[in-house]
Amino acid sequence: MKIVYFAWVRERIGKPEEELTPPENVRTVADLAAWLASLGEEYAYAFENPTIVRAAIDRKHVKPETPIAGAREIAFFPPMTGG
Amino acid sequence: MAQAPLTVRIQAEPFDVAAELAGIAAGRTDVGAVVSFTGLCRAEGGALAALELEHYPGMAEEEMRRVAAEAAERWPLQGLVAIHRHGKIAPGEPIVLVVTASAHRAAAFEAAEFLMDYLKTRAPFWKKEHRVDGSQGDWVEAKDVDDKAAERWAR
Repeated sequence: MKIVYFAWVRERIGKPEEELTPPENVRTVADLAAWLASLGEEYAYAFENPTIVRAAIDRKHVKPETPIAGAREIAFFPPMTGG
Repeated sequence: MAQAPLTVRIQAEPFDVAAELAGIAAGRTDVGAVVSFTGLCRAEGGALAALELEHYPGMAEEEMRRVAAEAAERWPLQGLVAIHRHGKIAPGEPIVLVVTASAHRAAAFEAAEFLMDYLKTRAPFWKKEHRVDGSQGDWVEAKDVDDKAAERWAR
């Protein structure tokens, strides 16, 4: 699946997007964030406070407990500061 | 009631507030109230050279459309405009505009406030500060007060 990052999540990880295949036991958005955090220092830094990082699946806001099955694009980003 | 025309735009260029205000009631005689809100970039006491607005292309417009559609469903609107800029924006320049038109003022005021509260907390935009001294500043932090403002519209 395609994973995209924005704002300081993108800066900490050091790339705007990547194609990844998480293991089968990664079922929810929270599982995915935890798995990403295990991929290296830069990921651990981005997800150091996992309750802050927000997510969207296929361009719709989702909660940590949302299943990721069937997702084409999952985004992680900080709380929004537009307006 | 006929579906109100909803205009949602994301753009790098500045927008013309007067033109948007005139356009929403142009050629009609049933509009009794037009309310607008313009959000501007502050200089923060002279320390800020610019704000850089990052957005999630695709989702930002979809989310703004969802928020606009919800406003049109909750209030009897005759028109709605929501414009949000991205890219580098200098102090004094506009960042965001919402305009609502309705037969009466209460709906227009409330819908405009709802739109801004929801855009701030739901539309995927992030502000980064660029300082006058040339250094790259911090990402602007989300405020609890904005979450609280959005929560009061929950049904």
